Formats: sequence, C-alpha cells, structure tokens
Amino acid sequence: MSSFWNIWVWVLTLGSLVGCFLLLRMCLKNFAGVEEGESMGHSFDGIEELNNPLPKWWSTFFLLTIVWAFFYIAAYGLGGWSGLIGWKSSNQGILNIAESKAKTLEYSLKDSGVLVQYDREIAAADARFGPIFAAYAARSIEDLATDDKALKIGQRLFIQNCSQCHGSDARGTTGFPNLTDKDWLYGGSPEAITETLVKGRKAMGMMAWKGALGGEQGVKEMAAYVISLSGRSVDPDLAKAGKGKFAMCAGCHGADGKGSLASGLPMGAPNLTDNIWLYGGSKRAIEETIRNGRAGVMPAWLDIFGEEKIHLVSAYVYSLSQD
Amino acid sequence: MTTSNMSAVDYNFDVVRQFTVMTVIWGTFGTLVGVLIAGQLIWPALNFDTPWLTYSRLRPLHTNAVIFAFGTSALFATSYYVVQRTCQTRLFGGKLVAFTFWGWQTIIVAAIISLPLGYTSSKEYAELEWPIDILIAVVWISYAIVFFGTLVKRKTSHIYVANWFFGGFILTVAVLHIGNSMVIPVSGMKSYSIYSGAIDAMMQWWYGHNAVGFLLTAGFLGIMYYFVPKQAERPVYSYRLSIVHFWALVSLYIWAGPHHLHYTALPDWAQSVGMVMSIVLFLPSWGGMINGIMTLSGAWHKLRHDPILRFLIVSLSFYGMSTFEGPMMAIKSVNALSHYTDWTIGHVHSGALGWVAMISIGAMYHLIPILFNQGRMYSIRLINVHFWLHTAGIVLYIVAMWISGVMQGLMWRAVNSDGTLTYSFVESLTASYPFYFIRFVGGVLVVIGFFLMAYNMFKTIGAKDNSLKSVEIT
Repeated sequence: MSSFWNIWVWVLTLGSLVGCFLLLRMCLKNFAGVEEGESMGHSFDGIEELNNPLPKWWSTFFLLTIVWAFFYIAAYGLGGWSGLIGWKSSNQGILNIAESKAKTLEYSLKDSGVLVQYDREIAAADARFGPIFAAYAARSIEDLATDDKALKIGQRLFIQNCSQCHGSDARGTTGFPNLTDKDWLYGGSPEAITETLVKGRKAMGMMAWKGALGGEQGVKEMAAYVISLSGRSVDPDLAKAGKGKFAMCAGCHGADGKGSLASGLPMGAPNLTDNIWLYGGSKRAIEETIRNGRAGVMPAWLDIFGEEKIHLVSAYVYSLSQD
Repeated sequence: MTTSNMSAVDYNFDVVRQFTVMTVIWGTFGTLVGVLIAGQLIWPALNFDTPWLTYSRLRPLHTNAVIFAFGTSALFATSYYVVQRTCQTRLFGGKLVAFTFWGWQTIIVAAIISLPLGYTSSKEYAELEWPIDILIAVVWISYAIVFFGTLVKRKTSHIYVANWFFGGFILTVAVLHIGNSMVIPVSGMKSYSIYSGAIDAMMQWWYGHNAVGFLLTAGFLGIMYYFVPKQAERPVYSYRLSIVHFWALVSLYIWAGPHHLHYTALPDWAQSVGMVMSIVLFLPSWGGMINGIMTLSGAWHKLRHDPILRFLIVSLSFYGMSTFEGPMMAIKSVNALSHYTDWTIGHVHSGALGWVAMISIGAMYHLIPILFNQGRMYSIRLINVHFWLHTAGIVLYIVAMWISGVMQGLMWRAVNSDGTLTYSFVESLTASYPFYFIRFVGGVLVVIGFFLMAYNMFKTIGAKDNSLKSVEIT
C-alpha cells in the first residue's frame, strides 16, 4: 500500500476513536439546557424525551474500551506499521511455498523481532510430536504395516487428508482408485506408494480416441473388445473389429491389455483385463472413456506432510492390500 | 389516537398498509423456507432431487427473504409511518412513494424466481444478479428521496431520534449496496465483481457486516425509538444517551467487517482494526438497549397484560445479548474457535429472530389496528400465544446452535497424543444431528407463530371498521 493509503487509514481509524471520546465527554456534561431528569420539552407524536444522565457504569466501560483500543493498536499495528510486538498471524503477501519457507527462516532468527503465530504453533507442534514420527521413520514400511499403533496414526492422517477423494474406507470412487485391492496403477510396493505420495502422479492421459477410431462406430467396436478382455459377453463382430484396431492402444495398455505396470512402465495405463474400472465399467462409461479420454491427477504431498508422515501414510496404504 | 382519520394531517397510510401486510406475508414465507432447509440438513431427501429445491439455492432465498423481504418491508412500513407522525406532515414524493412499494416487491419476486434457478453473484446477502441490483439501487434512492424529502418539509422544529436511525440506515445501505455490487456484466444474468482476491473479500464483509449493522440494527433501533415509548406510553429515558450512542454506533459499525476475515489473507492490521472497533462498539450498541428498557421504568406492570409490549421488550433483551456476543466473537482467539461453526448461525438467529423479528412483530401488532381503523387486534390471546411460541422457538434454536457450535469448534481442534487430529469432519457432522433436530423444532414453532399472526392480521383487516374496541388495561 502506498503511504497515502496508510495515512488515510491512520487518520480515519484514530480519528474515529478520538471522535468517540470527544462525543462521550460532551454528553457526560449537561448541555441540554434543562435540568437533569426533566423533559427536553419537545414532543413528537406524543413522545417526550427525558434529559437523564448517561449511566455511570456505561460511560466508564465505554471509556475503558476506547483507551484499550489505543493500546491494542499500538501493540498490533495499523496501516502498514506492524506494531510494537511485531505479531503476524502468518507470513502474508507471499506467493509460493519457497517464499514462505524463506520468510519462516528469516523470522525464526532470534533477533528478527517478528512473531509469526502460525510458524510458532507449527514449530511447537513439531518439537512436541516430532520425536514420535522420527521413531517410526527409522523403521521399514513392511514392519510398520504390522504395528497397530503406527497404522492408527497413518489411518488418521489418511482420513483427514486422503478420504476426500479415496473415501474413508480407502475403497475409492469413480475417478479415484480403490487402495484396498491389489490392482495398482503405479505399483503397490512400499517404495512405489511412497513415491506416489511424495511426488504425486499425473496420468500420461487417456486421449480422446473417437477421431482416430473413425467415429462413433469405432468407439463402439473398441468398447466391445475392451469389455471382452475381462471375459464379459459382447457382440463378437464388434469385438473383432475393435481387436483389429487395438494396436493403437497397445503402446500404453500393452498388446494383451494388461496395463503399463505389467510392462514396468510408470504411465498409469490401467489393466483392462481384470474387470476393475477406474471410470466405471458399464458399456456407456467405457464408451465415454474411449470417446473423450480421461486424465487423473494425484497431488504431491511432500510439502504438506513431510517425509516422516508420508512414511506412516504409506505404511497404512500398503497394509490395506496385505492379507 | 386509534384512527388515522382523526388526525389533522392527511397522512399517506396506503403505502404503510401495503408494506405492513407484506411484512407479515414475507415473514411467514421467509421463515418457512428456513424451516425447509433446516429440515434438509437432517433429511437431505427433502430436496426431492430437484435442483431448485436444493439447500445451496434455497439458503440464499431464505436469507434474502427474511432480510430484504420481511425485515426491509417492516422498515419501509415503520419508517414511512414514523416519519410522517413525528414530522407532522404527509410523505414527500407523490408517485415515487408507490414506486418504492411496487419496485421493492418486484425485486423480491425477482429474487424468489432467480435464486432457485441458480442465478447468483455468490456474495453472501448480495446474491442477486446485476439487473436486480440496479433496480435495488433505483428503488433505494427513491426511498431516500421520499424519506429525506419528508424530513425537509417537517412541521416540527427538531428531528426525532427514530428518524436519525432511519436516515442513517437508508444512506449507508445505499452506499454499501452500490459499493459492493460493482460488477462487470458478461451476460443478462451473469457478472463478475470488479474487485479481486482479498479486496473483494473485504468489500463483501464491509457490506455484509453493515447489512447487519445498519439495516438490521440501526434501522430497527429506529423502530424501537418510536414503538417502545408509544406502546409503553412513557417518555424516552435519556436524550443525551441517544445522541452518544447514535453517533458512536454509526461511526464504529462501519469498521467492524474485517472480523469476518480473521486468520485469512486479509492484512493483519485490518483484522486487528476490525476486532478493536467491534469491541469499542459494544457499549454504544448497549446504549440503545438501555434507552429502550429504561423507558419502561415506572411502567413495568404493563408487561403483565400487554403482549405487544412484551414482544418489544424481549426483543431488546435479545438485542443486548447478541450485541454482547458479537464483540466477544470478534476477538481473534474466540473467533478461532467459533468461526465456521454453528455458533455463528446461533448468533445470527438470536439477532434475527430475537431482535429483528420480535421488534418488527411488536411494531406490526401496534400498527395493524391503527392502519385498519380498529381499536385492537382481532385476538389479544393469539398475540400472547404467538409471543410464547416465538420465544420458545428462539430459545430452542440458539441453545442448540451454541452447543453444536462449541462442540464443532472443539472437535475440529482436538488432537491426539501424536498430534494428529482426533476427529474427521464427518464425525463432527454426525455429532451435530441431534442439535439440527432441536433447531428444526424451534424453527417450526416460529413459523407456526407467523401463521397465527397472519390469521390474526387478516381477521383484523376483515372486521367491520371500529368493531374491535380497545380494552382498557388496568
């Protein structure tokens, strides 16, 4: 803000408070020209007004709040000035996480004189709970997956942060994978799960195939073939026609349709032969997927969780598909 | 003083009658929509899988209906009545007066159609889209011309305190509405705010909080300053108190908006100023309550027999309670617990049902017989039943919301010994259901009260002139 607006804020804020004080002082005196407790002498539609004094407790209390207001503003700042105690609710006016971290570091130096409430609370929580997570971080995910206490923490983190998409029971929903089966897009090993959480995943993207397949008829044929891969009955002629064009799909889904993971590739192209459907397994849903394409995104959680918490969430997710 | 024909001045009571009747009708409608959405929170199936009956579309309809249809119609009715009576002159403006009535009702009907259809600017309490906003501005400026024109041609030497509050609220609402509704239209019913980010949020809550402060507080204090002394037949307690609390209230309220944005991207100093001004505002707010309640000194016994006076005085108690609660909730560390919980909903309704609705209902019961040439309402007993239904309804409502609000705040911040949150959001929702049900029951009582009021009103209007004789209360 420019200094003009800072001055504007200062003048109006302090002016309002001073104005209230002067107003109160004026009305404490009897300026009305009639005795206290008497009628003001005018009547509006039969309503008269008495010239009673302000209740003492009321005016005292009002005065105290005005005085307090000046102290509070002096402590907490006004219009561009950050106040005597240098308090901030958070690192404001920053544009990204890197800037936020730089600010946190800058203010954490003892002589900076700035107290950032958010940073202080996070630091206090880290100091208090950090050892618990550090202890778990030293153990392997396979080991933690059999430790009830560790899993409980992992589950709570999951429910707070992951359930919005994957569901409270981690069984997923349309567009968001079920994490309790053994069907993985990017791999179900402890390392793969951790990598998914740390970096996030962005599907290479199922493109829209309607044009390449030669229009709506091509979509229907391909859908029939894809459905047939998991053993469901389809119109054999359609499926045969679709099979003829499957080479277009094999690049990602594999020649046998078993998905990119089967060939060890991190593309996120699902296995089409197991009757598990990320975007719905009905004929209509599959046709829609082929016609217009799909693109799934799993966000990166490193900046939010930190490595140690990710370790526990990984252990929880890993445990879900272990028998 | 029972009939208007007896007064020397040829008052324009047509428009007062129109707004009075609509106040009761919109009050019934607005609270009925409120009860429906309160029900939907417990039984989601009550949206009948119909887009225009979903909570998201009916909630703004409920708030607009109670604030702008019910509350504002009450303000039009009472301000037009009071300014004429206390200035001893007919309303200024000729045909403009009727325009404000028909214009305002058109706006309400436009809201009732456009909000369920999903048209919204997404700004709370300012959801209506730009063509309707322009009509609001035109009608509001007409209202200001009528009101201030009448003040100018008054026959009395001074301006009565009720008119200060009405005038203050009319002026400020014009500025707030026009300021916050500045948009760039992109089609007939779609627009984008000219403000962005934190500035847009600040504009919105500058408007939003002062819709509460000026429309729902200053305006209704205007009602209080006429109808309380009139119904109690007592002089106003303190002229000097009315001066100090009027000027302090209008100059401090305008600053209080940022307390809606604690711990957000709003600059910290702005949040601090919002909190400071909210707390300094506490005593000036109470000035109105003191002046109203102390006006009754020497006439307390009237409360025993007069349910209308009971409405007016209990409304002041709720006013005092919510204007104490408000500054407390504006304190940053209290707000950290209360914000985004049902506590806020409870606070709003102790203000809206307790203060705004009760003072309006009391004023309407006072006005209806006078406007329709009767000595009293058709049934005093029904007023009494209405009073108890309404009071019981509010108590159930706000106590339920207090408990569920504090409970939600505590559940959201509860942490385990490992620092993870104890509860998921949905667990706090499940825990709130019993209180949603109590709130629903409270709402039903309020709506039943409004239906009784509508019945009582139509019976009074329908009765032969002067057939309902006023009863002498001893």
